[in-house]
Amino acid sequence: MKVDVRYFAAFREATGIASEALETGAATAAALFAECAKRHPQLQSHAASLVAINDEMAAWEQPLADGDVVLFFPPVAGG
Amino acid sequence: MNTFQVAGQTIDVTAFRKELCDPGCGAYVQFEGWVRDHNEGQQVLRLEYEVYAPLAIKEGQRIIEEAMTRFGLSHAAAIHRSGVLNLTDIAVIVGAASAHRAAAFEGCRYIIDQVKTRLPIWKKEHYASGAAEWVNCQRCAEAAHSHA
Repeated sequence: MKVDVRYFAAFREATGIASEALETGAATAAALFAECAKRHPQLQSHAASLVAINDEMAAWEQPLADGDVVLFFPPVAGG
Repeated sequence: MNTFQVAGQTIDVTAFRKELCDPGCGAYVQFEGWVRDHNEGQQVLRLEYEVYAPLAIKEGQRIIEEAMTRFGLSHAAAIHRSGVLNLTDIAVIVGAASAHRAAAFEGCRYIIDQVKTRLPIWKKEHYASGAAEWVNCQRCAEAAHSHA
């Protein structure tokens, strides 16, 4: 399936890109992140990060569907 | 009223407070988060906030609604800045109004705590040394971990 991945803040600076379109077999957001971390070893662990799918906050174990837009958020620091 | 907003410009405190004013409320608690000149031994010159607005607004609105229901607030609102901020600028403002003070204090505290851990907002500190770093709040990181 095809998904769009977007990187924010420190993730964008680490990968050097804001987004990429990927063909993936990853079943979950966590599996997709692991794939992306292989492509971009400079990405940190997802453990302290948040993920959103199609502009809704999501759980790392949420299954992915074709056409999903997956947003990877490094540890947030509002306020 | 009762909204979460993201602002690219200086927050108008008087206008913010006026929106929440209500003769039915005997208590109003307001929190302002300011840009501080130091962090972990480094001298900070200015901050830069990156906000993913579509989701920050949606999730921020949920936080406001949760606080209103949970604490029985009459009114609540918050505004978070984006862009470059200088020392003493207001980075975030939260207001909670209720009939009595306990709910206003607790509701205001709930909103700012949730805003810090749940919204897609990132802070980059620019130091006197010339370096700049994304701030990695440990407490927020732990909260995010348990959230996942």
